[in-house]
This record gives sequence, C-alpha cells and structure tokens, in this order.
Amino acid sequence: MDKTVNQKAWFLVLPVFLVVAFSAVLPLMTVVNYSMQDTFGNNQFFWNGVGWFKELLDPTTDLGERFFASLWRNLIFSAIILAIEIPLGIVVALSMPREGWTVAVCLVILALPLLIPFNVVGTIWQIFGRPDIGLLGYTLNSLGIPYNYVSNELDAWATVIVMDVWHWTSLVALLCYAGLKSIPDAYYQAAQIDGASRWAVFRAIQLPKMNRVLLIAVLLRFMDSFMIYTEPFVVTGGGPGNSTTFISIELVKIALGQFDLGKAAALSLVYNLIILIVCWVFYTVMTNAGAERPQKEGAV
Amino acid sequence: MARIDLVDLAHSYSGDNAPPESFALKPVTMTWRQGGAYALLGPSGCGKTTLLNLISGIVTPSRGKILFDGKDITPLSTQKRNIAQVFQFPVIYDTMTVGENLAFPLKNRGVPKAEISARVKRIAELLDLAPYLNRKATRLTADAKQKISLGRGLVRSDVAAILFDEPLTVIDPELKWQLRSKLKALHRELDLTMIYVTHDQTEALTFADTVVVMHDGRVVQSGTPAELFDKPAHTFVGYFIGSPGMNIVPAHVDGREARIDGHTIGLHRNYGVLPAGAKIEIGVRPEFVDVAPPASGLLAATIERIDDLGRIRFARVRVGDSKFAARVPPGFSVPDNMAGLVFDPAHVHVYADSRLVEGVA
Repeated sequence: MDKTVNQKAWFLVLPVFLVVAFSAVLPLMTVVNYSMQDTFGNNQFFWNGVGWFKELLDPTTDLGERFFASLWRNLIFSAIILAIEIPLGIVVALSMPREGWTVAVCLVILALPLLIPFNVVGTIWQIFGRPDIGLLGYTLNSLGIPYNYVSNELDAWATVIVMDVWHWTSLVALLCYAGLKSIPDAYYQAAQIDGASRWAVFRAIQLPKMNRVLLIAVLLRFMDSFMIYTEPFVVTGGGPGNSTTFISIELVKIALGQFDLGKAAALSLVYNLIILIVCWVFYTVMTNAGAERPQKEGAV
Repeated sequence: MARIDLVDLAHSYSGDNAPPESFALKPVTMTWRQGGAYALLGPSGCGKTTLLNLISGIVTPSRGKILFDGKDITPLSTQKRNIAQVFQFPVIYDTMTVGENLAFPLKNRGVPKAEISARVKRIAELLDLAPYLNRKATRLTADAKQKISLGRGLVRSDVAAILFDEPLTVIDPELKWQLRSKLKALHRELDLTMIYVTHDQTEALTFADTVVVMHDGRVVQSGTPAELFDKPAHTFVGYFIGSPGMNIVPAHVDGREARIDGHTIGLHRNYGVLPAGAKIEIGVRPEFVDVAPPASGLLAATIERIDDLGRIRFARVRVGDSKFAARVPPGFSVPDNMAGLVFDPAHVHVYADSRLVEGVA
C-alpha cells in the first residue's frame, strides 16, 4: 500500500518537539556544557575537557572522596528503605479489608502521609524527635534511652529511615492493594479446593499477581530514595558531620554553596546515569523473573 | 465415591432471615447418584451457581443439609470435602509449570513425592497434557488451561465429585466439542459424579444423562433429555429447552377437549378435575404441530414468516392473539398467508399455573 505523503504532519509534531527541547534537551545540554568547563564567576568560562569527570571518579581527590562517600551512603539508605518498605507495604495490603466501609477508611488513612509536602514531613519529624520538646525524643530520653539525632550518627540514620518509612510505605501498600483487588475470587476458591495453606496462596497466587505493581513500587521507591533531599536536609542538615549527607545534598553544596558549576554538572550527569542503570537492572531482573525459561523442545 | 443428598437446602445472600421469595436458592431436596453425569441448566441468575458453590462448600447454606453418602458434611470446609471444581475462567498458578500445577493439590496434602509424580503422569496422559508438563502454564491456550484446572481435580484420588461452572465459556467453538467429548470419555473411565452448570441447552443435553432445570431459584424438573423434551413438567422447561421452544397458549380445557380461539382440539387424556381458579394453558412443541392448507376442521392461523433451519422448516404463525411455531412438512408450499394447524394429540400437554397436569388415560 502506498503511504500518503503529507508534510503538514511535521507541524503537528512541532509543539511536542519544542516543549521537549526546552524542558529536557536544552537544560541537559547546558549541564553537559558546564561539566566540560570551569568558571570563576563574571560569566567567564574556561575549557576543562573531561577533567571534572576524572577528578570525580578518583577517590583520592576531595571531590571524588565526597562523591563516593555520599554514593555509598545513598546506596545503603535505598537498600534499607526497599528492604523495609516493600515487605511492610505487602503486609499492610494483605491485612487490609477487601470490602465494606472500612476499605474507604483504610485508604484515606493510608493516603494521608502521601499528601503532606516533603519539607513539612521533615519539619514534623525534626520537632517530633527533639529531646527537649519533641514527643518522641523526650519520651525516649525519659525512658532512659539516650536519643539525639543532632549528635549521634545512628540516631540520625534511624530518624531519617523511620521518617521515610512513615512517609512512603503507604504508596507501596496502595499499589499492592490495587494488585490484590484485581485477582478474581475464583483463584482463592480454587486454592481452597486445592487445599492450599495461607502461605501457599501467597506464593502461588498473590505474589505472582502483584509482580507488575511491585516492579512499579520498587522502581518508584528506589528512584525517590536515591534522590532524597528535602526531608533529611530539614531534619539533620546532612549531619552529624557528613553522616546523612546524601548525593543530592552534596550536589547542592557544590553547586550553590561553593558555586563550582563544572564539578556539580559532572556529578549531576554521573548521578543521573547511576539511577538509569540501577532502574534498568531492576526492570530487567523483575520482568524476567516471571518469564518462561528457554525451552529445549519445539513450540506448540 | 459418594452419593450426594441435598435435604431442604436453601440459601440467601442477604442474611438467613430474608423473606423466602428473595432466596437465591429456594428449598430443594434431591439426590445426586454416585457416578452420574448431571447438568444444571437454567438462565443467568436462576441460582445454579449458588447450588454448585453450596455443594463445593465455597458458600455456606442458610438452611438445610448436604449429605455425602449419608454423612452430614454441611459444616465442613471446602478442603475437607472430597470435591473438585472447575471455574468459568481457567485458574492456573502463573509461576508454576503444568506439572507443578497438577501436583499442587497433592503437595498441599502432604502426599509422598513418588506418588505425586506417578499420579501427575497418569492424569497428564489422560488429559493429553503429557508433552507440556515442563512448560510454564501461563503461555498455554485457554482450553489447555481449562484442562489443567480439571486435572488438579482429577489428580486427587479422594475426589468423589467434580463440579463444573460453565467451563467452556472462554473456549473456541470448535474446541468446545473436543473438550466436551473428552469430559464424557473421562466420566465413563473414572466413575466420578460430575455436575455441570451451564445455560446452554446443547451443552447440557449432550453432556448429561440427567438434566436438572432451574428457574428463579427453584429446581423445576430433573430428568433425562428425552423426558425434558417429551414431557416438560413446567412451562419454563418447555419454553427453555428446544429450539424453537414449546408453544404455550391459554386454553379452556374440559375432559378430553381443549378450546383455543373458538376452535376445539382433541386431547389424548382426560382432564376431568382441574384446580379451580388456576391459569390453564396447553403446551405443544413445534415439532408436533404441522402446517396444512386451510380447512374447516383445522385451527386457522396466519403465517408471519418461515424459518429455514436447513434440515427442518418452522413457520411462525399467529392464532388470534397468540403466537405459534409449527413444523412445515417437507414439500409443502404455502399458497398464501392463511394456513390450518394440525396437532398431534399425544403431545399436547395441559398446564395449570405453569405446572404439568397429569390427565387420566
């Protein structure tokens, strides 16, 4: 069949092209441009090639040391977040009622933390954890448990992690709940007839049927926790010392604190690349987990 | 192996104290013979799936008892009853292979490994699934998936009855025949009680040796396909089974005569005493009414159209206010729209308030 040639179609694509160019391509190219240069203010730029990238990836330099330290912190943080929020979200979703007016109540309560602005969440926990006036901090200390997120690294980490769990487990739970709701009753009835235990029902029906939503949950929670900025910045300011300085906090310090645009741009690009790679790995692993193993015999 | 008895069994989804007319299943007492092939036939919402779920234990009855071989199993859970069920949409466990799917019910019951693999192998051969045992079940066609669902029931040696809830809904028409004959073959081979729910009369009549017709929560008739065809116990059965359904028209019945539209038809039996005040109708299948040229001794009718079903032709006619379907004899051509109807008196039945009245010979 002959294709209709109509050059007017380009005009229809043009608005999208312009929006994407101005919102994504141009800013990204600006960052690429900065990452290759050095500036001392006054809009004067000097060519530096891949110098910043070399420095960034060399742990012996100051920039490299700061980058790798915050990268490890961030990876550990994301790993802990995923290890807590995914199983907890599944458990919450499984224990939610399936019908009746309690469903609406549960959904509203679960949605509440998701509706609170990030820096408000930070402020809530910052005050909540203060040993002098905060409910949590004061109570813990009165019970004889020394707790101070300003001076103790472990306490700071615990606070940031518990805050994130409080803030985001709902998202995982809501996604899983949606996945569970889509399972037809016949599956549960068949499992009952097959004599399946509660655990077998979970393994054979619920988990496989939640596969898709869990992938989305893992990707979202990884990306968000890996890019976390506002909440720890408000609560701990990256301290004590550098113990809760995640990559994004480091990035802001370099870009806006020191105004090292070149270093910050190089860091941004590498940061972006890491997120893309990790997401790609998660996606590939999780979509292949349910796929058919290669078969030796021919297709049917 | 079990005979299943239902004793005054009834169910309401809106609580046990709901008014009796609102029950999804009105009280029913009946027996399902060990090794029988039954079909539960009725339109959507007639309570047939409810009855099935009561037997399998998915739903607990509001009233009455279910007995397996005389033992009351009403309070037992689904797992503890020796029942398997195949659902409308195939249920398979996505992450497992075909073999693992078949082994699942045995594994859950702690059967030794060697016995599991022997049973699975035998059932897979029975169902022609042997070549696919190591494949993931998700990728198979709908009919293969439905066979797996059935196989999970058959694999258990303790199963006494297999319940089917419209199992061929999602199967392609040409495969429906294959799967249905497979079911019949399995039934002959395995001596299992099979109860098959459907709203498709062809499926019911070809599968079952006893068809149970349900209407509005009640069992209206239970019998062989021939009985349902020849002597419907209820006007609903007459109308629902057969294509086209039975002609049912109001009539005055007196002794051995019925009067329709001022015309008298002879009856085979004597209907002396009919219930007073009841709505009296006569029912006759289109197969037993012939169209003939108009004549003074025949019931006059106006032909509205002729349906050619290939092997047989049916005329849609009008008598006064009632519509009739009647057979057009081979070689008969209708001169104009006027015709006379010839009844076969042996097949004219009398109904009082929709229920069959047995006449005296």
